[in-house]
Order: sequence, then structure tokens, then C-alpha cells
Amino acid sequence: MTGINTPSARHRRRTGRLDWIWFVPFFGFTLLFLVIPTIGLIIGSLTGGHPRVTLKYLAQLSQPQFLDAYRTSIALSAATALGAGLVGILLAWAAIGGGLPKALRPLLMTFSGVASNFAGIPLAFAFTASLGPVGMITVLLQQATGYNLYHHGFSLFNFWGLAITYLYFQIPLMVLLITPALETLGRWSEAAASLGASRWQYWTRVALPILRIPLAGALLVLFGNSFGAYATAYALTSGMINLIPILIGQEMTGNVLFSPGLGDALAVGMVVVMSVVFGLYLLMNRKGGRWAQ
Amino acid sequence: MRPARGSSWLVVLLGAAYFILPLVATLQFSLQTGTRPLFSAYSSILTASGFWASLGLSLFMALAAVAIGLLLIIPAAYWAYLRAPKVRTWVEFLSILPFVVPPIVLVFGMVGLYGNGFGPLSSPMVLILAAYGVISMPYLFRSIDNGLRSVDLRTLTQAALSLGAGWPVILLRIVLPNLRTAILGGAFLVFALIMGEYAISSMLGFNTFGVYMLLTGQTRAHAAAALALISFALVWVFVGFMHAVNRGNITFGPGAR
Repeated sequence: MTGINTPSARHRRRTGRLDWIWFVPFFGFTLLFLVIPTIGLIIGSLTGGHPRVTLKYLAQLSQPQFLDAYRTSIALSAATALGAGLVGILLAWAAIGGGLPKALRPLLMTFSGVASNFAGIPLAFAFTASLGPVGMITVLLQQATGYNLYHHGFSLFNFWGLAITYLYFQIPLMVLLITPALETLGRWSEAAASLGASRWQYWTRVALPILRIPLAGALLVLFGNSFGAYATAYALTSGMINLIPILIGQEMTGNVLFSPGLGDALAVGMVVVMSVVFGLYLLMNRKGGRWAQ
Repeated sequence: MRPARGSSWLVVLLGAAYFILPLVATLQFSLQTGTRPLFSAYSSILTASGFWASLGLSLFMALAAVAIGLLLIIPAAYWAYLRAPKVRTWVEFLSILPFVVPPIVLVFGMVGLYGNGFGPLSSPMVLILAAYGVISMPYLFRSIDNGLRSVDLRTLTQAALSLGAGWPVILLRIVLPNLRTAILGGAFLVFALIMGEYAISSMLGFNTFGVYMLLTGQTRAHAAAALALISFALVWVFVGFMHAVNRGNITFGPGAR
């Protein structure tokens, strides 16, 4: 071993045993403030603070109120993920390959970065000012056509109103997520065209198979993004919509008192849904890695 | 194989309408001040002591979150990248794990466990800073991990070592300067997230900017609209900075919605 006396090798020997010191703050912190509290929730959901393990709290999640909350949360996340997925991909596609001025693209990307982070309380205010009962769009629509949205079943403060509002941060996130994949498509499009593929062949044989995995990955991120959202829903509905994050918030502020185990079970249910979504996302990413080269 | 130009314009214009109309409506609402001066909603906000206090608190929280996140992530990510690739998988896994635990669940779990009887750990200030540190990790890790790969810090470290530099010198004069764009890119994104954060701070009883906005909305609707636009401008500033330092390198994921 001739390299044994280079400074780096000497250093390695000297510090080798202390390597772990570099990781102590990170692992200590994540254990203390992320892993252990999550494990605490799981234990709480199985014991309710009593020394005996029971499945009764998790079983209580099947009560109509909680089942409905999970259903609404999942439906809201799925609806906004699919809606934003469709609109986002159209927007990105139009901006990349639609022969529009070049200046539009950086503008779209920067705006998407901003809007995907414009969520929570101010977003709820912005939509109340637009589509609320006396919002600008509601009023202008009534003045122009006599059509009052609120007399025809529309409300900003229910499921669909919330979905329209969520799209404001979901669509830009989709644009950010899918643009890299769409950019690689350009090369494939030229290759397919030069080989004489028809439009139909190109889409079914080339574009969709390439886009399938990044698309699925992006939809999963969108789903998770909406599933964990609390502030927007709370501010818009004053906490009057039956979503899981809202229920957990009510439990914490003492507005409703579930048994301790039940609150934990609600939270664990959220973590389980998010884990499934995230697990699928990682799986997609690994599969998609081949195409990302 | 490309979209027709006309339909592209249509899509982009419809999209622009959806994204711009709420901002216009908010602006119009914030200016509907009846008999008072045009910008009275803004001047009432900018002269309210609660506004500056909450903005200052959120700014402090955002700075602290970035500092905590960087102090945790940089040594771990750097050392794992340099010497312990097997540990890197774990660092990556734990850094992204906060995506699986939504903020409301995180604060619920923390308060349930440490809420009382854990000495300094039970202090709301410790809990909120810890929670913000956790939230910042996925963004900072992604950014720093990309940074580590793109500048080949392994070779630079070897070179520094062979020239006789010690670890403090290497960290301060090799690692940090080379990671500057990565650090800034991640930091501005965390800033944008924490500045508007609501779930965690409201549960722990802090009057952050997000909480102040909600309270204002309950009593003064026009001022709230003005606040929403101010908040939008703030996000624009932070994300603009992020794009400026971090061209084409987009970090994303669920955050403090």
C-alpha cells in the first residue's frame, strides 16, 4: 500500500473512529423530533395511554364521521391531483412546444414557483375576494348575466370550492414537476417523426409510455400535497369541513374531545395514507430512473 | 407532434385568467375602502404594531429554521457523501420522511409526547423551532445533495487535505463556499414556507404572520385582502431569489399548506 502515507489516508485513520460524530446532531434531532413523536402516535393509537394494547381506537376509525373524513380528504386530494395533473400538463405542454414567445417559459416557471408556495391563509382570502358570496367574480357575473352562483348550488366553502382553491397551488406544482419530463419528449418527437410515425402512433407508442412514470410520480406528489394541507381548508371553511387534518386540529385546540387514543389513531391513519403514497412515489422514481438519463 | 399554436395560446390565456383573477379581485377588494382614502387598508396594516411584530416573529422563525436545518443537514450530508455512502441512504430517508408526516400530525405528535413534563423540551419555543427544523429538512437536503454532487466536493476535499488544511478550514473555505447556491436555493424556499406557516404556530400559540393574517381576516376583511397581497409579494421575493441563485434546479414537495 503505497498511498498509506498520503495526508488523506493518515487523516482517515486518525478520524476514522470519530466518523459518527458528524451524524450525531442529524440523527439525534430526527429521532427526537420526528421518529419518536411518530412512534408515540402509533403507540398511543394502540394503547390510548393505558398499559394494554388494544385495536379499539383504530377500529373506531370506521365510525361514519371518521370514515367520511377520510373519504372526503382522499376524494379532495384525488380530485385536485387529477384536475391539476390535467391542467398542469396542458399548460406546460403549451408553453414548451406551442410556438409561444420564448419569454413565456421562464415567466411560467417563476410564477409556478411562487403560486405553488402561495397557500394557506392568504390564498383563502384571495379566493374569498374572488368567488366568495360578495367576491368580485361572483358579483360581476351576476351584474353581467343575472346568474348568481350561490343561488345555483355553488359555494366556495364546501368540497368543490375548496378543490377550486387548492388548484391554485396544485396546478403550478404540476407544471414544475412535469416540465422536465416534457422537455425530454422533444427529442423523441423528432425521432418518431423522422421514422414516419403518425400522430396517433407517436402518442400511444412513444409519448405516453415515456410520460407514464413521471406522470404517476407527479400525481402522487400532488395527492400528498393536498392530503396534508390544513391552513387553506381551515381558513376557507372556518374548520367546518370534515377533513382529517381539520379533525386533528379540533382535537388539539380542544374544540372536540376524542379519547386520546382516537386522536392518535386519526393521525396514524394520515401517516399510513401518506406512507402508501410516498412509497408508491419512490417506486415510480426508481422505475423512472432509467428514462431520466 | 406539437400542440397547435392557437390552442396553446388558449390554454395559456385561460390559465393566466385563473391565476391572475384572484389577485385582481384581492387588489380590488383591498382598495374598496368606501369613504376612506384609497390605500387605507394598506396604511392601517403597515401602521399596526401586530403586523410588524408577527412579521418579525415569522422572520425569526424562518431564519432559525434555516439555521437549524443547515447545521443538521450539511455535516451529515457532506460526511455521508464523502465517507459513508451507506449512511447516505439513511440520511436521505430521514430527510424526506417529513413529507410523510404532515405538519398538523407532527405538531400533534410532538405536543402529545413532550407537551408537559419534559423540562426544556416542553417549551413551546423549543417545540416550534424543532418542528420548523423538521419541515425544512426535505428542501434543504435535496438542495444540498444536488450541490454536493454538482461540484465534486470529494476531489476538492482530497486536494485540501493533501495541502494540509484542517477540517474547520475545509468546512468554512471549501464546503460552504461551494455549496453557497445550493444553500441559498433551499433556504429561500424554506423562507417562503415558514413565513406563511399556520398549522404549527397556531397550535403552539405563537402569533406568527400566518396567525396574524387569520385573526385579521376574522375582523377586518379589507385589511386581510391587503395582507394577502403583501404575503404574495413576500413569497414572490423569496421564490424569485431562489430562482435567481438556483437556475433550473427546482426543489418541490408538500410543505406547510
